[in-house]
Amino acid sequence: MISPAEGLRAAFTEGRTALIPYLTAGYPSLEGAYEVGEAYIEAGADVVEIGVPFSDPLADGPTIQNTANRALENGADLGYCFELASRFSGRVPVVLLVYYNNVFARGAERFLAESAEAGVSGLVIPDLPIDEAVAFRKMAGEKGVAICPLVAPTTTEARLDKVAEAASGFVYCVSVSGVTGAREKLPQGAVDLLGRVRAKVSVPVALGFGISTAEAAVEAAEAGAEGVIVGSKLMQIVADGGPEAAGAWLRELRAALSGGAGV
Amino acid sequence: MQQETDKTGYFGSFGGRYVPETLIHALEELEEAYERYKGDPEFVRELEVLARDFVGRATPFMLAERLTKKWGGANVWFKREDLAHTGAHKINNALGQILLADRMGKSRVIAETGAGQHGVATATVAALYGKECVVYMGEEDTRRQAPNVLRMKLLGAEVRPVTSGSGTLKAALNEAIRDWVTNVEDTHYIIGTVAGPAPYPRIVRDLQAVIGRETEAQAQERLGGDPDAIVACVGGGSNAIGIFHQFVGREGVRLVGVEAAGHGLESGEHGASLTGGAPGVLHGSLSYVLQTADGQIREAHSISAGLDYPSVGPEHAYLKDEGLVEYVSVTDEDALKAFVECSRLEGIIPALESAHAISYAEGLAKELGPGKNMVINMSGRGDKDIGVVAEHVGIDAKEAEEASGDQ
Repeated sequence: MISPAEGLRAAFTEGRTALIPYLTAGYPSLEGAYEVGEAYIEAGADVVEIGVPFSDPLADGPTIQNTANRALENGADLGYCFELASRFSGRVPVVLLVYYNNVFARGAERFLAESAEAGVSGLVIPDLPIDEAVAFRKMAGEKGVAICPLVAPTTTEARLDKVAEAASGFVYCVSVSGVTGAREKLPQGAVDLLGRVRAKVSVPVALGFGISTAEAAVEAAEAGAEGVIVGSKLMQIVADGGPEAAGAWLRELRAALSGGAGV
Repeated sequence: MQQETDKTGYFGSFGGRYVPETLIHALEELEEAYERYKGDPEFVRELEVLARDFVGRATPFMLAERLTKKWGGANVWFKREDLAHTGAHKINNALGQILLADRMGKSRVIAETGAGQHGVATATVAALYGKECVVYMGEEDTRRQAPNVLRMKLLGAEVRPVTSGSGTLKAALNEAIRDWVTNVEDTHYIIGTVAGPAPYPRIVRDLQAVIGRETEAQAQERLGGDPDAIVACVGGGSNAIGIFHQFVGREGVRLVGVEAAGHGLESGEHGASLTGGAPGVLHGSLSYVLQTADGQIREAHSISAGLDYPSVGPEHAYLKDEGLVEYVSVTDEDALKAFVECSRLEGIIPALESAHAISYAEGLAKELGPGKNMVINMSGRGDKDIGVVAEHVGIDAKEAEEASGDQ
């Protein structure tokens, strides 16, 4: 039997760009978030990224901040987030985007055990750089939960070496120095970063932050991204048109990626 | 000294660098710059000259005779940081950091502010060095501290009100960090307290430690030795670390940090992270944090905007766990009484933050008894607070007298 972490790596297949849509657990409602995830899977998501809502999401722009606030008002606690993950994890690899204090408050060991139990494949922790919590990463490895470290345009070569060593899921390339949020174009720094990272690491490389058009996603794929993460744009669409609209948009993105890149 | 941070930026198990990867390079750069310049004779001289001529250091060490008499216990001494330029200790840190920013070639500085004192200090040094300056301030605080907003604008800074969360210091810090993540190339973040990711807690402490060094020398001259106790208010904790640092671990000197108990610790509406919180990660470091069981950060409450913060600098967490400093708390109501009492008896309107220290000091003075010497860090002046105080106790003389108790 393959571990969830191995399942996550397997979601990135040769010659096909993995589509990784993001949803905030508990947004627009506790049940609504489930519908959003279903729509993502139906539209061909290769991995679903579930954001655990946090009161102080430092790496997020206004769109995702607002969804997190709403989710917390809706009562999205950690137990709910794990339950939501377990509803998808049998069908598609699930990664949790979680700020470190939510992990710390739960107790690292318990958090990892609950993640594993919910079938969570990997964790993206935006405020846990590779130098911190070395013991936590080791513990995650033992539980079969992958750690997906983030790298940014400002990450030095020396740190990329450390990331290459620590990554057990995929490497999350932050396309821009900034917070999450829909942007018109793929920044030039993103293309350079993808090249630098792919030269160093053996695990798959995904690009996120600011991808909001099919053109940008295709461009990312052409620049070497093995996966694209789309968050703010989808949350905006959910806010305006609900889960179906998000699913429809994602299908278009899937088509564009399959047709225009990865050959 | 055992409280020194090691290379990784920890104080015992507290501290660290829990920030988005984008910022790591900037923090490494800052650390390098600080290591390079802190012992550089030219840097040190520039800082000393400005501390003297621009800030007005050394600040006085004053015997508060009428409070001493009224309380009937230890001699009460004030370390007069309220007399520093811009009216609080915040300038000590802002000045040192603008020198660093300048040497690192940053053209823009940003800051967060609660009471507005750090915002004013940053706007002031930005004007002095010709830097673009943006200050993030919770919307609620822009209302509570309107005069300071005006001061910042006069100094040429842009004040950006923050509406997320409760619109106080925590939200302002979030926005400042988001700005920094976005503009890290040309921007230096002048954080206002001993919190945040390493190396900030250590840099800010070192820049504020001048308070304790002066206090030691002044006590030597006036008292012939160390004081028996030092009391300071603790929000993020920079004025307290500043006056404590020189004395940590020294026998015979009690160090007391006073947090904001707001409406009372049992009400859940307070700013007492050390006495009413638990270890957690906020704004880049592991320290004591006010939070729910799930690790969501709670909103703090204090009548004083500068203490209205749900965490505290990681070195304080360490000093608490090691038993090197005692941490206590004082309610809004008691701080207000001390505010009025100090104004009336000493002719000094203290900052509401400092009033928390003054309030606790009354009991401590009695406990220590006559003949002993207790220093209160008068961290700032209270002109900015008169609106808030008027709302609560009225500016009518009679009401003020009632609020301060029998005299």
